[in-house]
Amino acid sequence: MKLKSFFGAVFTTFLVLSIPAHAQGAVASEYRWLTFLVFSSIIAATMYITYWASKRVKSTADFYAAGNSISGLQNGWAIAGDYLSAASFLGIAGLISLYGYDGFMYSVGFLMGYIAVLLVIAEPCRNIGKYTLGDILSFRNDPKKTRVIAALSTITVSIFYLTAQMVGGGVLVKTLIGIDYEVSVIVVGALMLAYVVFGGMVATTYVQIVKAVLLVIASLVLVTLVWPPYGFSLPAFLQAVVDDPKIQAQVAKLLGTAASNMSAQELGQRFLEPGLFLKDPIDQISLGMALVFGTAGLPHILMRFFTVPNAQEARKSVVWAMAIIGGFYVLTLFLGFGAAMHVGPETIGGIDKGGNMAAPLLAQYLGGGENSLLGNFMLAFVAAVAFATIVAVVAGLVLASASAIAHDLYVNVIKNGNASQQQQIKAARIASIGVGIVAIVIGMLAKGQNVAHLVGMAFAVAASSNLPAIFLTLYWKKCNTTGVVMGMLIGAGSAILLVLISPNMTYPQKMVADAKIVLEGATGKPAIEAKPSEGIICEFFTFCQKAEPAKPALAALDSLPLQIILIASAIDHDTPIEESKQAQIKIDALEKQIAKAKADLTLFSGQKTSMMGLEKPLFRLKNPGIISIPLGFLMVILFSLLTRDKRSEKLWEELYVRQNTGLHVEDVSH
Amino acid sequence: MIKNNNIHWQAIEADPRFQALHRDKNRFLWRMMLFALIYFFCLPIATAYFQPILTVKIWGVINIGLLFALSQFIVAWCIAAIYAKRANAEFDARAKALIDDAHNIKGLI
Repeated sequence: MKLKSFFGAVFTTFLVLSIPAHAQGAVASEYRWLTFLVFSSIIAATMYITYWASKRVKSTADFYAAGNSISGLQNGWAIAGDYLSAASFLGIAGLISLYGYDGFMYSVGFLMGYIAVLLVIAEPCRNIGKYTLGDILSFRNDPKKTRVIAALSTITVSIFYLTAQMVGGGVLVKTLIGIDYEVSVIVVGALMLAYVVFGGMVATTYVQIVKAVLLVIASLVLVTLVWPPYGFSLPAFLQAVVDDPKIQAQVAKLLGTAASNMSAQELGQRFLEPGLFLKDPIDQISLGMALVFGTAGLPHILMRFFTVPNAQEARKSVVWAMAIIGGFYVLTLFLGFGAAMHVGPETIGGIDKGGNMAAPLLAQYLGGGENSLLGNFMLAFVAAVAFATIVAVVAGLVLASASAIAHDLYVNVIKNGNASQQQQIKAARIASIGVGIVAIVIGMLAKGQNVAHLVGMAFAVAASSNLPAIFLTLYWKKCNTTGVVMGMLIGAGSAILLVLISPNMTYPQKMVADAKIVLEGATGKPAIEAKPSEGIICEFFTFCQKAEPAKPALAALDSLPLQIILIASAIDHDTPIEESKQAQIKIDALEKQIAKAKADLTLFSGQKTSMMGLEKPLFRLKNPGIISIPLGFLMVILFSLLTRDKRSEKLWEELYVRQNTGLHVEDVSH
Repeated sequence: MIKNNNIHWQAIEADPRFQALHRDKNRFLWRMMLFALIYFFCLPIATAYFQPILTVKIWGVINIGLLFALSQFIVAWCIAAIYAKRANAEFDARAKALIDDAHNIKGLI
């Protein structure tokens, strides 16, 4: 009864908190009741799951690993639920709607990461591990040292990922339904804590499954509405993309002066070609490496393999996850292009610069537009699924960090493994609450910060620290404790350091210069001749000249206030309604940029350097993977060769036989 | 440190059946892994340095670049299917045979 009343209380609090008087979101206020109806049903369903799961969590194995009771198919859906965060669900559809081809290319790396998971990580980890990354690494290496370092790495990766989710989620919910940022962070935190603390891995798993199913249903519905007018033909659909004037205008805007002598058809076709978003080739390869190698090192994904009974089910779960995740990304191609055609890149980018509103706005349009009941119902449904997505992903991350703190640090390092089941579950719950509160506080503190690079950074740290350590522990006989500890420290450290000196950070002088261009316009620039590279290292760091192609002369740029005047003066009484509406959207978007530039100018004009004391980035790339991943592997190898560890050597055969066969002591008949 | 004296891990590791299993498995896995990595990194390399090839139109407005990106999905699914098929049909049975026989493998130790 106590549990039931707790869930009731959380539910009511959510409803009360989420009815602000002055709310402003994508949903029209007369349909707000509909939004809350949809949100409430989905939250009520997850609360019921948690209530049901809480009665099933009796042992540590139940709390951390759902008692190994999850089937391969279920786990496949749960992995998809864990992986398809708001960033990949809304973000990729958004990138496609704004930049075409490059947005789609992003999703390829996200899927290819699972090949490494399937072939080299999932089954051995299931065979060796119990609940955490620390369990795998401490099998043959020094248990205390590797558990501490594994826990630190798990917490670091989870916190980066979590911050991106909390901040992104807060902004998203505010844009969608107008709940205040702080309220939405608290609501996400409270719901997630309810799932994790009461239902442990059982509730988290089933919430992930429900969410993933809803996500796929929502996308399927949208695609079946957006594709039929073109007779379910891919060339016809893409032909319409090429012919669309809104898309042609977007390409012209992105290309600037380079677009001046291109025909409308050429502009539209350019949307289906690479290079509108991802411009630096080395950075692209670096990001690709982080995605492909990072997925196999994400602690909340690794943890999912401990919930299935054996390696066969682990294999099955990755295969299902790849089918679901890959299929979903193919659907986002239609969602992104559909949104670009029906809603328009101008409108999508005007509401949210990252394009996160593409899928929800497309849903609203397909349902009949902003003034229809069905349109608003579909918008509300997509919004609710996005909300459930954030809560579920955060729950998975909190569970992963809490297990590192409670299982690795508290039980196995501090208590030397001497803790009763009751003590262990209690420790896990306290750790979950602690991490949950930290997540909420970070979410509040990071309000307004640019967090988009944090997901890339989480992947980079996972790829540079966790993956080399796991992979070499499992497959290389000479790998040992010193190698693992030093490799993880240097791999993670270099990834973090490179990001801190990268263009991802905020550089006040650049912000001020950009703001001035917006407010005052820019004078033209003469053509620049191509520059040769001064060496391979210059491609990565800014202290010397990298190879640069010749640049054509740039025309002078009107300031945005002037552009607004020009647009406004072109409208008069004779202008068709549709055209003046489009002009108004443009003016609104420009005014938003002006307001931001003004705010930046006042905020940054007093400062000279970034938080690292740099006037400009020292590292050229946005993603550190291309340097930190090889470095992580090299350091594990180097320090393993330099030192000897009897335990690592002695347990190699047992580890290698077990990871390959799944042989357990209890399997053997005596 | 070995918890159960009934299992001789060194002896199992040295058993010809285990050696054959791990050799076949590794050879199979590394080939697939290598192929997948090369195929994947061809995409960012092609978009960066061989753009003119990707923009050639093949089927209506669909160009080589789009088909290449879509083919990555097909390749990923095929690798998953091929691996799952071989592992289910062969590796599992060979591992099971070793597990069933584990308490008999004593070696010379």
